[in-house]
Amino acid sequence: MIPINDALVLSAILFVIGAFGVFLRRNVITVFMCVELMLNAVNLSFVAFSRSLGTLDGQILVFFVMTVAAAEAAVGLAIIMALQRHKETLDVDSFNLMKW
Amino acid sequence: MTPERILPFIPFMILLLPLAGFVVLALFGDWIKRDREDRGAAYLACATVLGSFGLSVWSVVSLYRLPLAEGSPRFFMPYLGFEWIEAGGFRVPMSLLLDPLSGIMILVVTGVGSLIHIYSLGYMSHDEERVRYFSYLNLFTFFMLLLVLGGSLPILFVGWEGVGLCSYLLIGFWFKKDSASAAGMKAFVVNRIGDAGLILGMILIFHSFGSLDLQDIVNGAGSLVREGFGEFGVITAACLLLFVGACGKSAQIPLHVWLPDAMEGPTPVSALIHAATMVTAGVYMVARLAPLYDQSETAMAVVAVVGAATALMAATIALVQNDIKKVLAYSTVSQLGYMFLACGVGAFGVAVFHLFTHAFFKALLFLGSGSVIHAMSGEQDMRKMGGLRAKIPWTFWTFVIGCLAIAGIWPFAGFFSKDEILIGAWNAHRPILFGLALFAAMLTAFYMFRLLFLTFFGRFRGGHEAEHHVHESPWSMLLPLVLLAVGSAVVGFLKVPHILEPVFRLPAAHSGHPPFIPLVATAVALAGIGIAYYMYLAFPDLPARVASAFTPLYRLFDAKYHFDDVYSWFTRKVVIGGSDAVLWKNVDAGAIDGSVNGLASIVDGFAGALRFAQTGLVRSYAFLILGGAVALLGYLLWP
Repeated sequence: MIPINDALVLSAILFVIGAFGVFLRRNVITVFMCVELMLNAVNLSFVAFSRSLGTLDGQILVFFVMTVAAAEAAVGLAIIMALQRHKETLDVDSFNLMKW
Repeated sequence: MTPERILPFIPFMILLLPLAGFVVLALFGDWIKRDREDRGAAYLACATVLGSFGLSVWSVVSLYRLPLAEGSPRFFMPYLGFEWIEAGGFRVPMSLLLDPLSGIMILVVTGVGSLIHIYSLGYMSHDEERVRYFSYLNLFTFFMLLLVLGGSLPILFVGWEGVGLCSYLLIGFWFKKDSASAAGMKAFVVNRIGDAGLILGMILIFHSFGSLDLQDIVNGAGSLVREGFGEFGVITAACLLLFVGACGKSAQIPLHVWLPDAMEGPTPVSALIHAATMVTAGVYMVARLAPLYDQSETAMAVVAVVGAATALMAATIALVQNDIKKVLAYSTVSQLGYMFLACGVGAFGVAVFHLFTHAFFKALLFLGSGSVIHAMSGEQDMRKMGGLRAKIPWTFWTFVIGCLAIAGIWPFAGFFSKDEILIGAWNAHRPILFGLALFAAMLTAFYMFRLLFLTFFGRFRGGHEAEHHVHESPWSMLLPLVLLAVGSAVVGFLKVPHILEPVFRLPAAHSGHPPFIPLVATAVALAGIGIAYYMYLAFPDLPARVASAFTPLYRLFDAKYHFDDVYSWFTRKVVIGGSDAVLWKNVDAGAIDGSVNGLASIVDGFAGALRFAQTGLVRSYAFLILGGAVALLGYLLWP
């Protein structure tokens, strides 16, 4: 059996990669994928805890997160399509109209 | 049925009958009017008040049949079974108080009220808005009964405000006339000033007694420490504040200015509200709290002096009025002053006695003047009347009885009550007040007979056309006149002060009865009548010469002692002018607007600095969220 620490370290690495991706990448789709990566990192730690504690709570929560992620993907991709058609670019920094 | 079975609910029935009349008239008045050729509404209103009168008689008789232990006070407190207000230590039960004092009051209110309702059948028969008129009249009767029957000060206060409202509605009954609606508002505003005093007085009484129940106050007052003349303790303050309320309602200096203007209302209203019942509410309240007033010599002195001053001042103004109703209005103010004078010298029973007799003869005089006005097709100026004696004999003869009664000629009612007031002032060792009252009595006789002579004697001065129209009033107006004339002639023989003595629970006063006082009073009244005869019948050109000989005095009386001018000046310059210059331009525009705007500009300044955090860049927001999350976790996980 894989020790829980290994799974948590992997989860943390994936989460940090995702976070850095969100902050550093400029392409909206990449940013979006990184957000998904962060969500799945969290899923991994949920499942690991669920297995090590022998309860089902974590797995149930994972289903919730996956449902939300699916919905978010649908809405998010639709928004990205609209942005692309409007601005003809996918650079995150060009979408800055909502400011002071 | 035994009194114990009757008394718990009949007094509530007395109240509810006129209220039911009002509700029915207000909701279904138009329907009744259409259905019964316009008379249904009026008959319904009369029936409810007559029913109330019958029930009042029944309950007063029952009160006197209550089996009582020797020496215990005769009273009964019907209780509806629940509290109106219950908040902490403050309780106002829905209870009434029936004792000889409120018994006399409900008999006057419903008895005289019934006659005036009947009179209104004839007087208002040409008016389009009879239904509204009778519904107001019923509502007034309800509130007045609530005022005199209320078992605690808050219930009395509800009635007090209610009659004020009805007074306003009825003074402004012909609201299309500017002067009528203005007079209504004046009455309302002046009464508000008095009511503020009444509320403050009630708060003070609750503060010192812990109860507003009338029996509790009366019982508790006896154990208080008496406050001598010049001392200003809590009893004096409470009594004086309540007296401010009484001044407003009962038209005493300096709040008397609304009553003469109230004559804009229909004449039966003047008779019912502004002569017989509502304006005596202040006297009733002071008499009701007699044991409390008796504990403060300062308050008693103020009441007596204000009463005497009002009696004299109003009588002098009445000398120079030409409007028949204005004379009677000032006469009412003057007689109310008499009642307060009686209260102030400790003769509370006598005050209520005068209230009682005054209700008869003043209602008679007002209704008589209404009959005259009706005959003259609306003319109220006495200079255009004259010689009406032969044309309207019923009105004339009843009017004569009223004049004799108010002037204080034996054996009419006014003689007895006025005599008792003079005796009270004499026994209280107040020679100045006694003299003032005596002088006012002479003026009373003079101006009443001036009115009588100008209206009914001499030649007709209203022109040929008006003379042709003069006609005697219908039976529905003459019947109340005759009944009130009978009342004015005989009610003086009732020993009202004696009946009321147990109510006030005062130590027995030294009740001397100097035999010269009735003689002096009668002589003074006869002198007044004689002067009136001399000036207005024997030598009709004399009044103008007298007026020009005493021009400054005449001007003063004619200007009503400039009270209205001073109040008008005060309102215009101080209240409106001060509000404009200080309150509006400085306080409102400067302080209030300034602080609101200042607060807004402070917020605006901060926001102007902080808004640059909104960069519009998604990544900076995400970074802030992450930073926040890390900071929060760091704070929570820090060992």
